[in-house]
Amino acid sequence: MKLTTPLTEEMVAQLRAGDKVTITGTIYVARDAAHKRMVAALDAGEPLPFDPRGQIIYYMGPAPAKPGEPIGSAGPTTSGRMDPYAPRLMEVGLKGMIGKGNRSKAVREAMQKYKAVYLAAIGGAGALIAKSIKKAEVVAYEDLGAEALRRLEVEEFPAIVVNDIYGGDAYEQGVKQYSRE
Amino acid sequence: MREIHTDQLTETVARLCIESNYYLGEDVVAALRASREREVSPVGREVLDQILENAEIARERQMPLCQDCGLTVIFLELGQDVHIVGGDLNEALAVGVRRGYQEGYLRKSVVDKPFSARINTKDNTPPVVHLTMVPGDQLKITVAPKGGGSENMSQLAMLKPADGRSGVVQFVVEAVRKAGANPCPPVIVGVGIGGSAEKTMWLAKYALLREVGRPHPDPEVADLEAEILERVNRLGIGPQGFGGLTTALAVHVETFPCHIASLPVAVNLQCHSARHKEAVL
Repeated sequence: MKLTTPLTEEMVAQLRAGDKVTITGTIYVARDAAHKRMVAALDAGEPLPFDPRGQIIYYMGPAPAKPGEPIGSAGPTTSGRMDPYAPRLMEVGLKGMIGKGNRSKAVREAMQKYKAVYLAAIGGAGALIAKSIKKAEVVAYEDLGAEALRRLEVEEFPAIVVNDIYGGDAYEQGVKQYSRE
Repeated sequence: MREIHTDQLTETVARLCIESNYYLGEDVVAALRASREREVSPVGREVLDQILENAEIARERQMPLCQDCGLTVIFLELGQDVHIVGGDLNEALAVGVRRGYQEGYLRKSVVDKPFSARINTKDNTPPVVHLTMVPGDQLKITVAPKGGGSENMSQLAMLKPADGRSGVVQFVVEAVRKAGANPCPPVIVGVGIGGSAEKTMWLAKYALLREVGRPHPDPEVADLEAEILERVNRLGIGPQGFGGLTTALAVHVETFPCHIASLPVAVNLQCHSARHKEAVL
């Protein structure tokens, strides 16, 4: 399925765990330190550096761009570290997250409550994924270096739906299907 | 006494930082290809294809395989007849890391003040250095950048001697199960058995430097490796955790004698981007 951003309720409702998708449009990039600051801002009643409604956050910290390139290697980081922050962002309208690895029960429940999805990109395929990123710019928290908040323009960014809004989990389904214990 | 100048060390470390991050080892590529042939999960096969394609892109475009260019772990095997001249050995290694990560456009992923401010050192220093003295007049340098995602899944257990072989197998298999999709499977499972708490953790890391899939020379240890690999690949986690037969490419075990009261076991997981390059001066 081809997704374009921002995501709508209708698009999100069509997705099922295990679906292969490509994403075209604007996505935002944040990992540990940027999440800490964003949630601190929300807790202080301040606005986020971008309007999160309908948006996707990609959990990633890129390698430096070589001259003439928009970005260096750019694969996903482990999502579980963002679990303490993710429900707060879904509450203010975030519709998608891209990363790798399992999410907590609290995050999976929040996805069903706020109608948001979690997608996985191929971990360790940073050079391959970089080809789908056409533009990258720092939006905020520049002092964090690789952890700064970024905005990307992506074309046909490949991902797999891990958690849908109905409680489906592609990791659980996969293990169930192939376990030989 | 043979003299080796610190400039040579710096230059070598800088080069190995870049090479290890750009070029996936032929042994890893071969293991990935073999698992691609065996894998029955369609998503799993696709993931393995993409991992192999990624390695080709990184090699051709001279860019890091993974944006996480790791904490730089350096193993030094220093011949006892070598005299290091020209300055501080540790400083020479740090300058090599700084230069390699700068010149190679590698991500700087190291923070100081780990439990508080977490300030990026901006040059990926300091490296973690493991120095072993050996006979001879050569210096072997191995640079092994280690990503955070797989390192975070490390486990240490001080088992009871009564737990024995089956206790070891169970602990390692559970460590891989708990790690799930997080350490970027297919993984290489490094296992240390014996020694002290820190020694067994070191062994688990050192085991990852072995050529992928080459069994331990001791048949008893090789047999243990084979059993753990079989058990791990029955978990069904598969490439990137989407289900499949290929959860691990290999299990490497290293052992050391231990105290009569102890049975230390350590697990150090290596993601499929299994990076290490070595040079002998």
